[in-house]
Amino acid sequence: VNAGTRAPDLAWMRRQALEFGALEISEREDLAMLAVQGPLARAQVVRLLPADAQAAALSLDPFCAREIAGWFIARTGYTGEDGFEVILPAGAAVRVWRELNALQVASCGLGARDTLRLEAGMNLYGADMDELHNPLESGLGWTVAFAPAGRAFIGRAPLEALKRDGVPRKLVGLVLEERGVLRAHQKVLVPGGGEVTSGTFSPSLERSIGFARVPQATPASVVVEVRGKPLAARIVKPPFIRHGRSLVTEIAG
Amino acid sequence: MSHVPPDLKYTKTHEWLRALPGGEIEMGITDHAQHALGDLVFVEVPQAGRSLAAGEACAVIESVKAASDLYCPFAASVVTGNPELAHSPELINEDPYGRGWVMRVRPSAAGALAGLLAAADYQALVASEP
Repeated sequence: VNAGTRAPDLAWMRRQALEFGALEISEREDLAMLAVQGPLARAQVVRLLPADAQAAALSLDPFCAREIAGWFIARTGYTGEDGFEVILPAGAAVRVWRELNALQVASCGLGARDTLRLEAGMNLYGADMDELHNPLESGLGWTVAFAPAGRAFIGRAPLEALKRDGVPRKLVGLVLEERGVLRAHQKVLVPGGGEVTSGTFSPSLERSIGFARVPQATPASVVVEVRGKPLAARIVKPPFIRHGRSLVTEIAG
Repeated sequence: MSHVPPDLKYTKTHEWLRALPGGEIEMGITDHAQHALGDLVFVEVPQAGRSLAAGEACAVIESVKAASDLYCPFAASVVTGNPELAHSPELINEDPYGRGWVMRVRPSAAGALAGLLAAADYQALVASEP
């Protein structure tokens, strides 16, 4: 679960679990998770594994995971980069972190994570998605498996209704075409009104990017009110960057 | 420990001021402020000729994590903003008291720097912040 919403998420899961009879949910306080990301990340992580386990880790395909040498290793992450997320005994986490530093793997904080995830087109909980917005207006329709048609899941009925009636708003990517910085809550000046949900200065594109929730019929060129000034922005389909390379074509100016 | 040049004046909002020959005053943000903001990505300086009231926000300094206003502590008119900052905002991080100067103003009245903090007072202010 997202650390910030751990308590309400677990409470919700336990309430739902009551319907399923003998289902136990236990928290694993004895485990920790480290994300090691970047083109060289996997090669550095496997240096910390026993020699006979390294090939197994390197053979993992993207989005696949395996328990290897007492660690749970997944070729996943929330940065848009290649790399591993490693679940390991909590008592070993600090030592492993320092061993990675010694292998020239830099410690990073949430600021670095935020620019990477936004460049990669990934939502931030509490900003681009939250309890007040449904998945279809948050760019998350691809995460909902409506098929097979008979599959029951929590939330199916209201989402079917939304699909049938039309979802009024959508989450889009924005590239600011003038100098400045997009930030959450700035207004997108379009009929029906829109709002920036996330914004930052993209180190890779050297200009500001963000997400905004806007009405479905919004045109590709919009105006965003940035610190009281109307600035031109362009709607693009995320991601903005993949594996360090720009996917955004022809930025003006 | 942030660098606080002894010959400058300071404000509680982390600006520094330097009297230039000829009556102009040069301003910027302190080493403490640039460090707190992190890598700067955007700076907007005021236009030459603009009139500023005391305490008016007159420049915008943005890092990835935050946007910050720079305030002129006295009434003045803008002589010039630093033209380098449009393409190199990082000058403020690298050299906040030198090449990272933000703007030069001409105060409306004499004695503009009189009420401002001396280096030792600014140093004490920074030390007392959480």
